[in-house]
Amino acid sequence: MDVFETDIVIVGAGGAGLRAAIAAAEADPALSVTLLSKVYPMRSHTVAAEGGAAGVATAEDSLDNHFNDTVSGGDWLCDQDAVEFFVEQAPKELIRTEHWGCPWSRTIDGKVAVRPFGGMKVERTWYAADKTGFHLLHTLFQTSMKYPSIKRMDEVYTTDLLIEDGRIAGVLAHEIRSGKPMVILARSVIICTGGAGRVFPFTTNGAIKTGDGMAMAFRAGVPLKDMEFVQYHPTGLPGTGILISEAARGEGGILVNKDGYRYLQDYGMGPPDPWPRKKAMELGPRDRLSQAFWQEQQKGRCIDSKWGDVMHLDLRHLGEAKIAERLPFIRDLAKSYVGVDVVNAPIPVRPVIHYTMGGIHTDINAATPVPGLYAAGECACVSINGANRLGSNSLTELLVFGAVAGRNAAAHARGVPIPSRTNALAQADGHRKRVVALLERSKATESVVGLRTALNDTMESGCGIYRTEETLRATVETLATLRQRFANVAIDDKSGIYNTDLTGAIELGNMIEIGECMALSALQRTESRGSHQRLDHPARDDAAFLKHSMAHRVEGEPPRVDYRDVVITRSRPAERVYGGEAK
Amino acid sequence: MTDHKTFTLEVLRYNPESDDVPHVQSFTVPYEEDWVVLDALNWVKDNVDGSLTYRWSCHMAVCGSCGIMVNNEPVLSCKAFLRDYLAGGNTKITVGALKNFPIEKDLVIVMDSFMEKLEAVKPWIIRTSERPVEDGTFTQLPKQLMRFKRHTMCINCLLCYAACPQVGLNPGFIGPAALALAHRYNLDSRDQGKELRKDVTASHDGVWECTFVSACSEVCPKDVEPAGAIQEQKIESSIDWALDHLMPGRKSR
Amino acid sequence: MSRKPYVPTLPNTWWLEKPLYIRYMLRELTSFFVGAYVAILIVGLWHLSQGPEAWGGFMSALSHPLAVVFHVIALAFSVYHTVTWFALTPRTTPIMRGDQFVPAAPIIGAQYVIWAVASIVVLVAVLW
Repeated sequence: MDVFETDIVIVGAGGAGLRAAIAAAEADPALSVTLLSKVYPMRSHTVAAEGGAAGVATAEDSLDNHFNDTVSGGDWLCDQDAVEFFVEQAPKELIRTEHWGCPWSRTIDGKVAVRPFGGMKVERTWYAADKTGFHLLHTLFQTSMKYPSIKRMDEVYTTDLLIEDGRIAGVLAHEIRSGKPMVILARSVIICTGGAGRVFPFTTNGAIKTGDGMAMAFRAGVPLKDMEFVQYHPTGLPGTGILISEAARGEGGILVNKDGYRYLQDYGMGPPDPWPRKKAMELGPRDRLSQAFWQEQQKGRCIDSKWGDVMHLDLRHLGEAKIAERLPFIRDLAKSYVGVDVVNAPIPVRPVIHYTMGGIHTDINAATPVPGLYAAGECACVSINGANRLGSNSLTELLVFGAVAGRNAAAHARGVPIPSRTNALAQADGHRKRVVALLERSKATESVVGLRTALNDTMESGCGIYRTEETLRATVETLATLRQRFANVAIDDKSGIYNTDLTGAIELGNMIEIGECMALSALQRTESRGSHQRLDHPARDDAAFLKHSMAHRVEGEPPRVDYRDVVITRSRPAERVYGGEAK
Repeated sequence: MTDHKTFTLEVLRYNPESDDVPHVQSFTVPYEEDWVVLDALNWVKDNVDGSLTYRWSCHMAVCGSCGIMVNNEPVLSCKAFLRDYLAGGNTKITVGALKNFPIEKDLVIVMDSFMEKLEAVKPWIIRTSERPVEDGTFTQLPKQLMRFKRHTMCINCLLCYAACPQVGLNPGFIGPAALALAHRYNLDSRDQGKELRKDVTASHDGVWECTFVSACSEVCPKDVEPAGAIQEQKIESSIDWALDHLMPGRKSR
Repeated sequence: MSRKPYVPTLPNTWWLEKPLYIRYMLRELTSFFVGAYVAILIVGLWHLSQGPEAWGGFMSALSHPLAVVFHVIALAFSVYHTVTWFALTPRTTPIMRGDQFVPAAPIIGAQYVIWAVASIVVLVAVLW
């Protein structure tokens, strides 16, 4: 097996990974930074984010406002020291991206423009038309090319972490196009592999969002935090799940049911006018909006379409000029994929899985409990998003904690030796057997497609917008069975060259483990908070559950879930209030 | 609209471990009105042959992964609707890897050369001195942003490279997307690096290899207008050359 | 098991594959006819400088059927050259007015107007 040595390995080259690489390169140009990604960086799913990135930008706004919006939006499950740090760093990080060339949309006097966004009291969402993630990703990718100490290894799939004496030692990966395995020894490792939306059948997420980094860290003994909190974005296209940005509502779009009625006013977010109005109606938080859809569905008030139940997102009153300037991508998507010109007709939408609030347990320094192992971005859970993420906080999170991880990984790397080769190779050989088994197993009793469909179905039925003990238990049992059945999965493609059947199978194994963490954590949390809603426990229970769930791996068994206190500094849990007058 | 229940998908397969040259394999695939070619490929991979290999991710025409040839035209497979190809009695769609690139396997091309070309044009903001974060953002008026904005839209899907015969005839040609990106930075009011990009962009393998076939702009799914970007650079390069000869030792604009 | 990328070669008939390529090759071919016509003009000027007999000889050569056929074809290609050139101009020289680009139509249209005016001026000068 090939062995490489480097100072810092970064797994994942999306917004967080690229920002971490740049931060490490700037912190110490003498350190070698090796950036591994299973896809070329411009394919990372950061590219699909649309609406914007939040950071206090105007005199009317304040860090306190951003802090309070975020903490209440997260239903008080956010670690408040981390949120304080996050809101303070946010404007600085966004300014850096502007210096690096990000084509932010502007006001008429040339300042960066900001738009209203869900759950935010004051406009602070910087935007680049409605392709903010695309522009940020390309800006970061192109900027990263100017640092000679960053070496990219594109289309290299990382499968396992290597640990020595309880510290990080490196990673095991293989080059997708040749199939060749490689061990990369490193002093620090940063995981930036994104979320796990593909665990669910209906998602905005691209094919690559399979939670590989979460699973790797989990297998290496790092707990996964708050996994039961998965966000349904209220407006995805039915059928494909393609994202229709919150920006459409920020610019004034409305949601109506089959009676043409703006139904959100029945769920504590009214009155409907004046509109648009911050933190009210269609600019409420995502969990509340998705839950309203489900409630309307139970009452039979959804619109029946060829794709099933939908609601209508109406942008007609915005006018063609505004749509062309602020929402051109949305217009193109709706036209292509559901045949609707948003200027003339409402868009059919429904909630679709969008974001994983939970993830690899990290602290405010982006550090996991394993010395030298860091994580940032959607794969990590600091937690700044708590039980429900506000739109446009995630892109900023990539920048803030990507930078933190890069700087801290660099500092750590300066103080430790390169790990031992023999130790790492021995471990790698053990892990590699798993991969080789997939290639060699010829008598297929299980198919990747069959198990993946079963996984998706059980997650949607048991672990969706509303959950009960019964549905969760059923899902937990199904997932345990799937985990066992996975041991017999075989693939068609036995080739060593560019084998996507193989990577698909490895990804499936990762997703089953992550699904188990999600379902079990949800089963054990007998309260409702943010995006985790229990029909059998509808109230929030701060006395018992103002805590993060921590899922720990148990070999051959479902995970064990225990709890960790949330850091509360200055915002005591209160009622989440939206709607009413503009506040 | 068509009332096919199935159609024929002809795929140019290539397995480097068993083939010397690519060969066509036919599949009978269900027809669904909402489907794109990518959905058909996924169906084949899931239900017939797991070894069918292709790139994809976002399924919304923004990641640039899924560029392939469909009926001999370079398109994004996630935005190539079956209903458009199977109208009027057609029952067959032909797919293959993007032209003008080596084929790794099936529909996957080797794109190393493109990544090198992208890097060669120095696609980042170059300034004589960095602006401190404390000084806040640069002022950039809407019309200054508009000047270069369309050239920022490139998703690096490589359809333009597949369409450009000059790329096919001269693999060293820097190519439409990379040259458009260089122009994007040259036009950005915050950039000061135009001179530093010239030895690549104004070279023989740079803009001067282009003969304005304009197939690139025709196939671009994001209206990046790479052909226009290249011609603008040719004009500027020519003026520079003339002025350099008329006034030797002048400082470039 | 090692990689073996397949490197395709572009055949010489690549330009026959798409109407866009064929139109491109025709456009490129116009340069031959434009160049040839310029050469004929220069030859004509030279004959003119040699006196009325030389000029007469040149003019009668031009009325040979083959010469006429050539000129008709050359005119067609020159017009095609001009039309395609006009159409491409907005893309090579984008003009901004305020925050937006001037659309293609006025730029293309303006060139036709200038062409018409120039033609009229030349025609008047010749006929006078």
